[in-house]
Amino acid sequence: MSKLLLIAYDPADGLQGAGFAQKLGLPFDLLCLTGVAPTDVGAERALSAGLDEVPPADALASGLSGVAGGYTHLAAVSAMRSKDVLARLAGLLDAAMVTDVIAIESPSVFKRPIVAGSIIATVEVLATPVVLTVRPAAFGTPNLGGASVAESVALAGSGTAKRLSISARGGARPDLTQAKVVVSGGRPLKDAATFESVIGGLADALGGAAGATRAAVDSGIAPNELQVGQTGKIVAPELYIAAGVSGSTQHMAGIKDSKLIVAINKDPDAPIFDNADLGLVADLYDAIPEIRAKLGR
Amino acid sequence: MKILVPIKRVVDPYAKVKPLPDGTGIDTTGVKFDINPFDEIAVEEAVRMKERDASTEVIVVSIGSGDAEEQLRKALAIGADRAILIETSAELDSPGVAAELAALAIELQPDVILMGKQATDDDCNQAGQMLAAKLGWPQATFACKVEPCGNALHVTRETDTGDETLELPFPCLVTTDLRLNEPRYIALPGIIKARSKPLDRRPAAVNQAPRTRTTRYEAPAARPPGRKVASVDDLLVALKERGVL
Ligand SMILES: Cc1cc2nc3c(=O)[nH]c(=O)nc-3n(C[C@H](O)[C@H](O)[C@H](O)COP(=O)(O)OP(=O)(O)OC[C@H]3O[C@@H](n4cnc5c(N)ncnc54)[C@H](O)[C@@H]3O)c2cc1C
Repeated sequence: MSKLLLIAYDPADGLQGAGFAQKLGLPFDLLCLTGVAPTDVGAERALSAGLDEVPPADALASGLSGVAGGYTHLAAVSAMRSKDVLARLAGLLDAAMVTDVIAIESPSVFKRPIVAGSIIATVEVLATPVVLTVRPAAFGTPNLGGASVAESVALAGSGTAKRLSISARGGARPDLTQAKVVVSGGRPLKDAATFESVIGGLADALGGAAGATRAAVDSGIAPNELQVGQTGKIVAPELYIAAGVSGSTQHMAGIKDSKLIVAINKDPDAPIFDNADLGLVADLYDAIPEIRAKLGR
Repeated sequence: MKILVPIKRVVDPYAKVKPLPDGTGIDTTGVKFDINPFDEIAVEEAVRMKERDASTEVIVVSIGSGDAEEQLRKALAIGADRAILIETSAELDSPGVAAELAALAIELQPDVILMGKQATDDDCNQAGQMLAAKLGWPQATFACKVEPCGNALHVTRETDTGDETLELPFPCLVTTDLRLNEPRYIALPGIIKARSKPLDRRPAAVNQAPRTRTTRYEAPAARPPGRKVASVDDLLVALKERGVL
């Protein structure tokens, strides 16, 4: 019998992944690594591992392999943390793997973007089990209701990597991948202080998150966790505002699921205008203060 | 220290690519090929470690068609010592690549495997982790800083929320992110020297049955064309109409 184990880092992550789990149409269990697994997302069992801190990938994947028996599908929401661990888990289980699933054709056929989103590939799974990372925006929010059986599980994994230090920078702004509004800036933002006041300021005025291009991150204008694109975060807000962003294929790969894309660029021929729903040809240093003044925020 | 660096030949990451009209593959007519940029960063990092410690040996390996010699020569020009080309006409999936590389690692016994976090053609982000799992080695993905420290590496890796530093005892595997280094410009003497460095060709050792198969390649749905607005006022009106303000 086919069955899915949905692996979540915390309850919010579980809720995000449950949209996919429900669409897959197989019975599923939800495993939350930290916090208490929600019992109303349609899982048969809501399993809580009760970890205080998630260990490095070698120990975590080894622990997960201990509870993977009996599942034909193992999935998590696509993120750096899940790609790190689930691909290792796939290696331990000798499994098939599909990264960044955006559509389900059947429980063994999935679609995913490749070459920075330039092509959509249909991938057929030829082995059991299969490990999946999924883009939640493609599957919507789950229906809530019912009552899963709540259980706690112990993950007995071991590894030799040792965490020496960790720095999490998250601030007051919403999470980039879940924000309703994202304001992103590129290379012309000059320095970290300018980025923070101009891009961060507009993001705050709109109750949104701040994002950045690779060029902005590479030149130290924005921290790495704000990078959006092929090799950064995938965002799917109601409103994406890109200011001083040229619109490279790699950047666009991360924002295609946005409902409305607004581009502010002083070059009328910037490629971003080909993919923006609304484009304003303007200097961002004039346009953004004017927007904020007229919004009164 | 012995460092093994697997590299992949990929379509030029800056080229615009399309699917073939019949959906059976990617149209690569007129498109250049290059080392996967993340793998080039891995080669650069390995060579920098060698420049700091002359006893270090850097071996690059690629799996695929004979054409990958071009990318191996480029890695040799950056400063790798020798190259191995595992020739196969099969389209390997990541588990297949990990299986070939695991067999090679067992033969060569490197202290460190350094490789790209993902290939810019299939964007899978799988092979390194699968290989580390097969070998039972600790891993650090998405590295932005690598420092040898006795018989271990201290690796700072990018995370979803910031970064963290891991200590990995040898042997270990590291996958590279964009900010680990900026690969050097390759000067002519390096290119000439690379021509005479050893490059061994050998057949695939494992030939594992694929676990996935790509059955169709199609263009993504096009976004309906947008429009330009004339002023901030017009922009705010349009945003209000759409209900996003
Ligand atoms: C393997 C690989 C992976 C990559 N992954 C990513 C990724 O994940 N995310 C990503 O973003 N990039 C990625 N890139 C980089 C990508 O190719 C581009 O180089 C990058 O996105 C460009 O960033 P940018 O738009 O900030 O800079 P630029 O391309 O320099 O564009 C700046 C834009 O700002 C405009 N401008 C300048 N001044 C002003 C002003 N005062 N007001 C308004 N507009 C102004 C200019 O007209 C220009 O269009 C990747 C590249 C590679 C090779």
